[in-house]
Amino acid sequence: MYDFKELHEAGSVAEALRLTKEHPGALILAGGSDILIKLREGKLAGCELISIFGIDELRGICLEEDGTILIRPLTSFTAVSTHPVIRQHIPVLGEAVDQIGGPQIRNIGTIGGNICNGVTSADSASTLKAYDAMLEITSAEGTRVLPFAEFNLGPGKVDLRAGELLTGIRIPKESWERTYGHYIKYAMRRAMDIATLGCSVNVRLSADKKKIERLRMAFGVAAPIPVRAHTAESTAEGQPIDEALLTRISEAVIADITPRSSWRASKEFRLHLAKEIALRAVKAAVEKAGGSING
Amino acid sequence: MANKLITCTINGKKKEYFVDVRSSLMEMLRGSAGLDSVKHGCDVGECGACTVLIDGLPYNSCIYLAIWAEGKTILTLEGLSDVKGAISDIQQAFIDEGAVQCGFCTPGFIMSSIPIITSEHPYGREEIRKQIAGNLCRCTGYVKIVDAIEKTQKKRIRERQES
Repeated sequence: MYDFKELHEAGSVAEALRLTKEHPGALILAGGSDILIKLREGKLAGCELISIFGIDELRGICLEEDGTILIRPLTSFTAVSTHPVIRQHIPVLGEAVDQIGGPQIRNIGTIGGNICNGVTSADSASTLKAYDAMLEITSAEGTRVLPFAEFNLGPGKVDLRAGELLTGIRIPKESWERTYGHYIKYAMRRAMDIATLGCSVNVRLSADKKKIERLRMAFGVAAPIPVRAHTAESTAEGQPIDEALLTRISEAVIADITPRSSWRASKEFRLHLAKEIALRAVKAAVEKAGGSING
Repeated sequence: MANKLITCTINGKKKEYFVDVRSSLMEMLRGSAGLDSVKHGCDVGECGACTVLIDGLPYNSCIYLAIWAEGKTILTLEGLSDVKGAISDIQQAFIDEGAVQCGFCTPGFIMSSIPIITSEHPYGREEIRKQIAGNLCRCTGYVKIVDAIEKTQKKRIRERQES
């Protein structure tokens, strides 16, 4: 038995919103791969839960008319990584979430739960950040749209107010079109492990594939929350692709991140890792885009 | 605490259970349904010993609420035997290849291997390892487990081609 006090099941978004109003202290339970484990650890005894697991309208992925990719938050990691829209347009997101846990965890874990937990190690977060994802947040009063860039307020804290529910994750076409992405997760094991550091990049090359037109880069576990690497990005803008540029990008990363020491790794090791995996990820993304280093 | 009536299909048969809403699916399967192949391991989704298939996909039943099983189709190791109770080819392959030592992890591994051996895609050894990465075995060192899955997968592909 899990030792929660009460569980309320929502069958629709409307019902979930009503329940959050009636039970203001209740936690939202999506796939449960974080909350149910915390309960087992004796950290949430006596809590109230609102299960949204049964709300099928919050599952699925589609391409909207204007080319925006819409991911509903209850979509499992497995469903994200195998979905044709993701595979065709932003395969890096599928590759990132395919590195979470093991198959069983990827079947139950949801992309919305991953970002609403607000942890810096969330494998989907850096890619969503690097693609300027927009969040659709619904409450009884209506819907607000928030850039994912502004969602993380601190470790484990996100901008979800009482009575609000994440109902959609959107990636605008302007952000994903003509981009090629690469995600590197550095962890001690190749499965069932939390990232020591993660880096997601995507590039858009010039028509002749000689220059980086636009670079987007974001890190997990390089700061208390998932962060964009704006300095590194602007270093690359419009620059011809060569080894020297890769080094400059990798050096610039240091200005964007504030890793700390933890039992997984020291701050110094994380700084070293960040430079190295940023360089490797940019290189891989450039190669996927059909460009090459040194002409 | 509230109880709830749950109707689902377990190993091909329609079942109803009146469960405490705080139960995990593992507790319902072991307790109410008496299916002891569903092992009570770590309780936190790390070891995979409680793996069952829900609508064809592997899940850790220890971190799945019993009430979420409403309307679902669940397969446990017990459901792999034929009507006479004879074990399936994948179970026999685990025995033949020496993939079982203490045996505690075996049902979970076998359930995780079902999507592999029923797939049209021929999985390589690395792909098999990725598919069983959510299951832990502290005895075998995994090589013989991968052998058993690979062998059964090849046998099934051969059988499908012949038929």
